[in-house]
Amino acid sequence: MAAIRTLGLRKVYGGTAVLDGVDLEVARGSVCALLGPNGAGKTTAVRIMTTLLRPDGGTVEVAGLDVVRRPRAVRRRLGMVGQQPAVDEVLGGRQNLVLFARLHHLDRRAARRRAGELLAQVGLGDVDDRPVRQFSGGMRRRLDIAAALVLAPEVLFLDEPTTGLDPAGRRDVWDAVRTLVAGGTTVLLTTQYLEEAEHLADDVCVLDRGRVAARGTPRELTAAIGGDRLELVVSDPARAAEAAALAERAAAGPAGGRPRGGARQAAPGRSVVVPVDRRPGVVGDVVRALDGAGIDVDDLVLRPTTLDEAYLRITGHARAEVPA
Amino acid sequence: MSAVLPPVAEDDLVERLRWAVTDAVTVAGRDVAHWRRQPAVVLVGALFPVLLLLMFVYLFGGAMVVPGGDYRDFLVPGLFGLAMVFGLEATMTSVVTDATRGITDRFRSLPMAPSAVVAGRCLADLGSSVLGLAVLVAAAFAVGWRPGGAAEVLAAVGLLLLLRSAFLWMGVFLGLLTRDPATVTAVQVLVWPFAFLSNAFVPASTMPGWLATIAEWNPLAATVTAVRGLFGQPVDAGGGWATEHALVLAVAWPVVLTVLFAALSVRRWQGLSR
Ligand SMILES: Nc1ncnc2c1ncn2[C@@H]1O[C@H](COP(=O)(O)OP(=O)(O)OP(=O)(O)O)[C@@H](O)[C@H]1O
Ligand SMILES: [Mg+2]
Repeated sequence: MAAIRTLGLRKVYGGTAVLDGVDLEVARGSVCALLGPNGAGKTTAVRIMTTLLRPDGGTVEVAGLDVVRRPRAVRRRLGMVGQQPAVDEVLGGRQNLVLFARLHHLDRRAARRRAGELLAQVGLGDVDDRPVRQFSGGMRRRLDIAAALVLAPEVLFLDEPTTGLDPAGRRDVWDAVRTLVAGGTTVLLTTQYLEEAEHLADDVCVLDRGRVAARGTPRELTAAIGGDRLELVVSDPARAAEAAALAERAAAGPAGGRPRGGARQAAPGRSVVVPVDRRPGVVGDVVRALDGAGIDVDDLVLRPTTLDEAYLRITGHARAEVPA
Repeated sequence: MSAVLPPVAEDDLVERLRWAVTDAVTVAGRDVAHWRRQPAVVLVGALFPVLLLLMFVYLFGGAMVVPGGDYRDFLVPGLFGLAMVFGLEATMTSVVTDATRGITDRFRSLPMAPSAVVAGRCLADLGSSVLGLAVLVAAAFAVGWRPGGAAEVLAAVGLLLLLRSAFLWMGVFLGLLTRDPATVTAVQVLVWPFAFLSNAFVPASTMPGWLATIAEWNPLAATVTAVRGLFGQPVDAGGGWATEHALVLAVAWPVVLTVLFAALSVRRWQGLSR
């Protein structure tokens, strides 16, 4: 059963559809990364799923409950970390968590105990009494995440949880997310960092101008986009062009598949870039073909498409040429 | 996983009402925690009307002539009223801060009673106004002002808090409407002409005719005149209908404003999810 399911989700602002029929399904216990350029509608989608905004069309279910019809029940099952940290700046870290725990209807003692557990869980166990105003950005973020975990939510929404964090802070957040997922929580996160999606997400959903532009596992996305390429360096610059043509034909396969085209010399020099399809034995075929023609190869690398490249292609902002 | 999930009857009305109250108290408790952490802020807020009291009694008071003779006795109820008007910017500041910092959204995403966000603000702000009034009363005592009996004092406090609740809801509405700290500054400035265009500092009858009429009908003036009456001060003889019926207006104005701005606030609150 899906932890999050949206069907034809629409949101219109001043005549413009910010979300224009978004279908999304996130399996229980999985991590889904919502990607998309600025203004794609990620925050809007998250705000609808967390009951903060009403959709203008379509249905949204979180933890099997309709967010419009049963907002209170949904709120008891979700945790939300917004795009900006939402903690009380004047109060201390522990005080903040006790406050939020009380508002989750834990009694005084349970709230204090839960606050202690949560602080430890996000690595703020030794935080003192100082006001949050004096926290670093990373500490604030972690406190913010802790505040979303009071009831060990079934579904956790994180809107750009690591923006503005240093690499160590980012790892801390990732570790926290992994721990939660191991405990059975479903996570939907938005991010601008493809690396983050690759590390954390089981599934990726690319949103572009309010529509789902692509969806799948990171591997599926990169495979669907294609663009893997073989980069090789030949010993004799004079034979580079010949090598490119040969390699291209070899990469297309023995069964007489059509060459993809687009092989080229990266620069007047010794290196050659050949677009290849992912198929077993492709590198060996190329090497044998070149060897058979007596072309010496000094170096050879297979570069799989990165999620970055796939993402840029999907959202239509790819540069004209894939950089060598 | 759900070991920490406390049992709830999600749709039980009595249970929901109970939580609405408890949550409001919890939200108000957050303000109390703020006061404890920032006593200086609280002190400055409470001492500002005291400063005005000292200034007007000792610096300007000598030049003031009012019906009944004693400017101090005339001024003190005016400052009580003014302190309530200052509450507008206090409420607005809190509402705007919470809205811009995402706290309001966090509250809205919690399984708490939605009404508690605003109800808690009301509790906290009324509480802080009571404290502020207590400080101002003590200061007035120190400069020689004496109220009448306890019943009159209680009635006066009631009228003042009624006025405060009008400005409270106005603050909630404006805060939710603009969600912009810059507008709080604007309100801080506009409070002054509003306060001076009343009888808080001088009798309205000393103003040019049409200004006097506006000043008399000012909600602040109604409360101040009514409070003066409770403390046994002579009514401004040159006053018109509004002055003569100040007590009625001192109840009607705040009730109308409270109902109006509470309704607008509720609409605005619902509008947050649009
Ligand atoms: N309250 C609003 N009124 C009008 N337009 C809005 C409102 N909120 C968002 N928008 C518009 O909706 C679009 C999507 O915004 P949203 O914040 O969901 O994007 P996002 O994908 O989260 O972007 P970012 O990566 O910058 O956070 C934007 O064009 C934005 O201007
Ligand atoms: Mg966003």
